[in-house]
Amino acid sequence: MSLSIHPAAADGPLTEVTASESALRRFLHGLPGVDQVGAEARAADLATRSIKTDAKRWAIDMAIRMTDLTTLEGQDTPGKVRALSTKAVQPDPSDPTVPSVAAVCVYPDLVEVAVEAVRGSGVQVAAVATAFPSGRSFMDVKLLDTRRAVEAGATEVDMVIDRGAFLAGHYGKVLDEIQQIKAACGDAHLKVILETGELVTLDNARRASWLALAGGADFIKTSTGKVTPASTTAVTLVMLEAVRDFFFATGQRRGVKSAGGIRSAKEAIRYLVLVNETAGPDWLTPDLFRLGASSLLNDLLMQRHKQATGRYWSTDYLTLD
Amino acid sequence: MARVDVRKTYKLYIGGKFPRSESGRSYEIRAADGGFVANAARASRKDARDAVVAARKAFAGWSSATAYNRGQILYRIAEMIEGRRDQFVAEVAAAEGLSTRKAAAVVEAAVDRWVWYAGWTDKFAQVFGASNPVAGPYFNFSVPEPTGVVAAFAPQSSSLLGFVSVVAPILTSGNTVVVVASEQRPLPVISLTEALATSDVPAGVVNVLTGHVDELAPHLAGHMDVNAVDLTGLAERDTVELEQRAAENVKRVVRPPSREPDWNATPDPTRIMAFTETKTVWHPMGL
Amino acid sequence: MTDTPVRNTRVPDMATPLWEYAPAPESRDIVTIDSSYGLFIGGEWVEPSDGTMFKTVNPATEEVLAEVAQAGRADVDRAVGAARKAFGRWAKLPGAERGKYLYRIARIIQERARELAVLESIDNGKPIKETRDIDLPLVAAHFFYYAGWADKLAWAGLGPDPRPLGVAGQIIPWNFPLLMLAWKVAPALACGNTVVLKPAETTPLTALLFAEICRQADLPPGVVNIVTGAGETGRHLVEHDGVDKIAFTGSTEVGKQIQRTVAGTGKRVTLELGGKAANVIFDDAPIDQAVEGIVNGIFFNQGHVCCAGSRLLVQESVHDAVIDKLKRRLGTLRLGDPLDKNTDIGAINSSVQLDRITELVSAGEQEGAQRWQPECDLPERGYWFPPTVFTGVAQSHRIAREEIFGPVVSVLPFRTPAEAIEKANNTPYGLSAGVWTEKGSRILWMAQRLRAGVVWANTFNKFDPASPFGGYKESGFGREGGRHGLGAYLAGGVH
Repeated sequence: MSLSIHPAAADGPLTEVTASESALRRFLHGLPGVDQVGAEARAADLATRSIKTDAKRWAIDMAIRMTDLTTLEGQDTPGKVRALSTKAVQPDPSDPTVPSVAAVCVYPDLVEVAVEAVRGSGVQVAAVATAFPSGRSFMDVKLLDTRRAVEAGATEVDMVIDRGAFLAGHYGKVLDEIQQIKAACGDAHLKVILETGELVTLDNARRASWLALAGGADFIKTSTGKVTPASTTAVTLVMLEAVRDFFFATGQRRGVKSAGGIRSAKEAIRYLVLVNETAGPDWLTPDLFRLGASSLLNDLLMQRHKQATGRYWSTDYLTLD
Repeated sequence: MARVDVRKTYKLYIGGKFPRSESGRSYEIRAADGGFVANAARASRKDARDAVVAARKAFAGWSSATAYNRGQILYRIAEMIEGRRDQFVAEVAAAEGLSTRKAAAVVEAAVDRWVWYAGWTDKFAQVFGASNPVAGPYFNFSVPEPTGVVAAFAPQSSSLLGFVSVVAPILTSGNTVVVVASEQRPLPVISLTEALATSDVPAGVVNVLTGHVDELAPHLAGHMDVNAVDLTGLAERDTVELEQRAAENVKRVVRPPSREPDWNATPDPTRIMAFTETKTVWHPMGL
Repeated sequence: MTDTPVRNTRVPDMATPLWEYAPAPESRDIVTIDSSYGLFIGGEWVEPSDGTMFKTVNPATEEVLAEVAQAGRADVDRAVGAARKAFGRWAKLPGAERGKYLYRIARIIQERARELAVLESIDNGKPIKETRDIDLPLVAAHFFYYAGWADKLAWAGLGPDPRPLGVAGQIIPWNFPLLMLAWKVAPALACGNTVVLKPAETTPLTALLFAEICRQADLPPGVVNIVTGAGETGRHLVEHDGVDKIAFTGSTEVGKQIQRTVAGTGKRVTLELGGKAANVIFDDAPIDQAVEGIVNGIFFNQGHVCCAGSRLLVQESVHDAVIDKLKRRLGTLRLGDPLDKNTDIGAINSSVQLDRITELVSAGEQEGAQRWQPECDLPERGYWFPPTVFTGVAQSHRIAREEIFGPVVSVLPFRTPAEAIEKANNTPYGLSAGVWTEKGSRILWMAQRLRAGVVWANTFNKFDPASPFGGYKESGFGREGGRHGLGAYLAGGVH
């Protein structure tokens, strides 16, 4: 079957699109719209998939492996980060077959603690940066925030876009910031948080997705988790469509991270179904899909025990960190 | 020795909860034969204020529910009333001095009346809305929308059927309501609020105050966050001043009849429309 | 009869799926299927007078489900008599009381929804996901909606005291058996009529379970009568002098026969017949949702939908992009066991229908269109057809003109809106149409010009009891649903 370039990118590869503010604007505004009712209906329909037995066991383990175990509170301490990191490496001390999570996600000044705690395990350390969560600060501050996190050992950086600039239509400014932060990341991979709850419309989510991908994002991420609504299946659907179409346009695979408000294994599995049936099975890997969550992990462990023993489990048997 | 029964305490119904009046006051309810029945809460203007706040908070959700969903909820309320039939029959008989047989007829009529209005939720727009054939390449349509928070006064004499006949049409289109029950005969309505609390109607959609009608009326009629006021329950009273107060924020006013009507008569869907706003939308038709 | 359900649900067009969804079967235990059913007449189960029985089969497995009675002329006569006898009292009941019977039926349908959904999937072949999430909620909603009209007829715009017609003979198709029953029975009863209903030959079981529901609701005997059978039974019903009104949903060919039969008899008739709907995609359509709409339009219910979007009219400038996305999307459709909760595409309802689809698809290829299907393992037993896309289709091709009633979409390009209208309307049918564009004024411009009884803009195959449904031209006349649906069952007015 012949694969056609995405109609809006038919003008050529994305470098032309990012050459000027007006070219970028024309491209973004020329993307096909998203019908909200239709998109939400598709997401809701996929939520009716019934994932059972081996398929469920596979999904639970994959969801664990895709989790970015997160703590982003003003009251975080080294002790808290150490406890979280221990759990990230071995989520269930009573069961060594439980895989490690993908990463721990912390504020930049606690990266060093996390790096030490996960050393040798394969678990990545992701730092939020760029004046997370609001993004409201000066560019040199955001760059310094990023560099110091990377120097401290962060292998992944979760940045926030300037939503104010985006909503005011200053797409070039948003793009430029992403490109600069990407450069400051060095070898660390960059996730770009769109904060879709503040962008509100799915059209904006689509445009912001393409903007971030054009700016060099390795991952596009839904939310900081500090704003409601955080991740939704409808917005994740739109973002998965964006990375899928980006792949057909450029040959490059980029990832999606859904973060915030995902608390149950059932919801997590719904997200995996979305990935499977939208971007495709190639995206069913922690290299291309992540779930940003904290309490989710325990529910995944609860469900894992239920699948293994047939009994509904209790948090008495899990760690509450 | 005859068993001592556990008597009920009668409270207000605001925001899905059952508080006593913040004023701590109550007043005596007497049966038709003059005997003492209960102390009902005597609502104050602050209770009325709280009720309006609750109704306003509930409006967004109730008005944006689908008509089908509202119909299902209202229908379930009818099921709740039917399920408590004997309780209502006893209370209506006591309140209105009716025989059991006549009280039963009243309760059955109240259930059927509620069912009647439940069935209108997904139909009145088809009867009272329209696409309007304007003289130009425009698609033009008119839809009725709920007006907002309605303050209503339930009839004084008909303790249950009258209440249902006033309140149900307000809810059908998606309004929320603060209703003052019959002053002397509130008890069947208080049982109704218990049924409401166990149905699926969201908290704050219906709020019921008991107390001195003349004390509460000016505060509700003059409240600037109330969109419409239904004075049906104030028949045979002078409501001129209330209507003047209502003018302060141009409330929609349903005036009291000169005399309390016979609630058995088949109602009219125009009662639903009295609490709606008609929105007309234009859209060009062209390439 | 042993139950050997097919469990081979495979995702087509994926070499080695990384994540195989495990079987997720809905249990059959919830429903009890008798080995044999009589006719439901006058509130009782009765044997057919000449004792003929026929079998109904599970199209996914070819297993025989039950024996069902073939109603002959005498049986139909008996049913009409029972309906006539019940009519007097039923029509005189206050509307509020009739409404309460319908509310009871609606509630029982909600209570038994899962059981009905499973039975419908087994008898019809459509996926449980559809019967559970779409058919059954709509069935209940239809009864609720018309229950509410029963005591409000004075405000329906048909005069101050509209009267019922009498006995309605209703003949329904196999594609949405219980939903079509609801569309017919609910308004008829609300308006004070009594009914004799003939379900389709291949899908009688949910109608027979509905008869039990009528008994549970204490519906007065004779108000609803179910006579099972094939074409002959339908003919007896249409020809019967005691029937005041015929309501038919089915093929245009049979619809015309019915119209000829009732000519000169004074019987009122409404027909809901075939379609060959155009689904029009403009260059500024919300493309991903449009692709969902295309899939929904023609592959929902295996394409067994009279209003299916079977002709895809794509603006030429986006033709290739749309078709590529469509093909990719079809690769994720799951075909197989209708009772598996993850099945998207179920079985074709009968071998007769499968033959017809196969013949037309073969004609399409011979006429020069290009056929494409995702890779699909079809189960060995049962009646199956993979989703099919024909490109390079011309208006003159049979696959662009004849109703296939299967999961086959024919793609035709267009260049201008006027051309889209011309092509869309260039058919003897006129049931439905779809329009996909972000531009509101164009939606309304198209809707104004499409000669179709239902126009879906940026959506497709959406139904609601409040929304009138019916066709132009040879797709039939009369409307079902909404306030407009009452007119078919009330006397007065011009006919």
